[in-house]
Amino acid sequence: MLPAIAIKQVSKRYGNVQALTDVDLDIHPGEFFALLGPNGAGKTTLISIIAGLTLANSGSVKVMGHDVIADYRQARLNVGIVPQELVFDPFFTVREILQMQSGYYGIKSNTRWIDEIIERLDLTGKAGANMRALSGGMKRRVLVAQALVHKPPVIILDEPTAGVDVELRQTLWDFIKQLNRDGHTIVLTTHYLEEAETMCNRVAMLKAGKIVALDEIQNLIGKMPGGGSVRLRLLPDRLPEALLPLEINRSNDMHELRIDGYAQLESILSTLRSAQIQILDIQLQQPDLEDVFVNLMRNNGNLAQ
Amino acid sequence: MTRFFTLLYKELLRFWKVGFQTVVAPMVSTLLYLLIFHHVLEAHIEVYPDVAYTTFLIPGLVMMAVIQNAFANSSSSMIQSKISGNIVFILLSPLTYREIFFAYILASMARGLLVGLGVYGVTLIFFDTPVLLPLWALLFVLLGSAILGALGLIAGIWADKFDQLATFQNFIILPLSFLSGVFYTIHSLPIGWQYLSHLNPFFYMIDGFRYSFFGVSDISPYISLSIVAICLIAISYLTIWMLKTGYKLRH
Repeated sequence: MLPAIAIKQVSKRYGNVQALTDVDLDIHPGEFFALLGPNGAGKTTLISIIAGLTLANSGSVKVMGHDVIADYRQARLNVGIVPQELVFDPFFTVREILQMQSGYYGIKSNTRWIDEIIERLDLTGKAGANMRALSGGMKRRVLVAQALVHKPPVIILDEPTAGVDVELRQTLWDFIKQLNRDGHTIVLTTHYLEEAETMCNRVAMLKAGKIVALDEIQNLIGKMPGGGSVRLRLLPDRLPEALLPLEINRSNDMHELRIDGYAQLESILSTLRSAQIQILDIQLQQPDLEDVFVNLMRNNGNLAQ
Repeated sequence: MTRFFTLLYKELLRFWKVGFQTVVAPMVSTLLYLLIFHHVLEAHIEVYPDVAYTTFLIPGLVMMAVIQNAFANSSSSMIQSKISGNIVFILLSPLTYREIFFAYILASMARGLLVGLGVYGVTLIFFDTPVLLPLWALLFVLLGSAILGALGLIAGIWADKFDQLATFQNFIILPLSFLSGVFYTIHSLPIGWQYLSHLNPFFYMIDGFRYSFFGVSDISPYISLSIVAICLIAISYLTIWMLKTGYKLRH
């Protein structure tokens, strides 16, 4: 199957800063994909290259089979981009902006679809308002609407929920999930890892311009060295000698022990039993995407292969 | 064509929505020049035989209004879009660099023409200054405003900040237009300055345009027309090259 976005050996350098190094990435049609990484990892640069806003020093990017440089018109017709910055044109109203944006994509009359996105993004009351008069959250919705005027099969959102209140975040995700169900490929960057974990199938983690992990979220968590942990409240409140090396945290009267797998639980329990220590409370902690992220960013670990 | 017409429409709407500032204000300042110079110099100077100074001045002022506003339109539109960041909506779209070029230039020409026509219309109430050769007039207005529209686009793309654009405007556009013979005929200048004036492309726009009013000019209108046309081609090539390579627009 033709990838929705095919990134091959893309490198980008700004002066002395190597923003991206030989990035290879295929995003499949219909995927809900997240690009994760700390600030400065190269996420926005990569999106800008897909968008044609930034020119790569080497490598190639294709959107739905169209090269973003050689065949830029087709490539751009196939992708809608929601920029990270809250940019707007202060001269026009929301409806004017959406009509003009449609025109830039060669669509003469787009009233029906514009009405629909205005409604679905809860902008109905603001359609005639000047962009200057809108709150930050409203401007964010208009940015999303602008990216959708031409019904692109691929939608890229660069930190769509940064600085957005809880209610709008919910509305936005519902809307984006709906778009994904309708068949759109969604690519997003976010700093909220729990969002990525609940919404996405697959993630790529970028670190200093390189992809250090690329897999389905469950696989990434499964590959986590160290796995999860178990928290115990004990009577009497002391750990047997043999278990002390496993302790990673102690808060109030809870001991947190690192476990490499569920099999290890059995030996912990039997050690406690033979020391005649009673368990008052037990909680299992599963590793989550955040643990994977922190682990990868801290170490030089590489899970990509 | 929808893409191109949409951008053209947006560029026209942009200045039309603030028409008081972009059309009426420059008309007023141009007419103030006319009022002052008419009052001070009318009795003292006769540039061409049988042509009163104010009559001589009017075509020059009209052309100056045309070119200054053509420049102001594309340059301010581009730098505002760049600084506020909304240029991305054009850069993300499948608009081609040629479509972007022609939309910006035509909108600049429209604003230049509008201000020029406005100024000329008001002067007709007070002074009898008919256009002897309307086709020549139209030709020079179109070419002149297109050149300045393209220059404005170059300046808007090149400048990173408003003060850099102001530098371009105050140290290049303004001196070239003031020293182009709007207020005098270059034959009244010392020979060295006459020579220098010939290096100023704006001189040919003003002189050629003035020819269309009186049938008289400092140099042959055909020479002026050729030089202005060559300038337009050269500057258009440069602008299109900048848009094509993404100079300062795409990293």
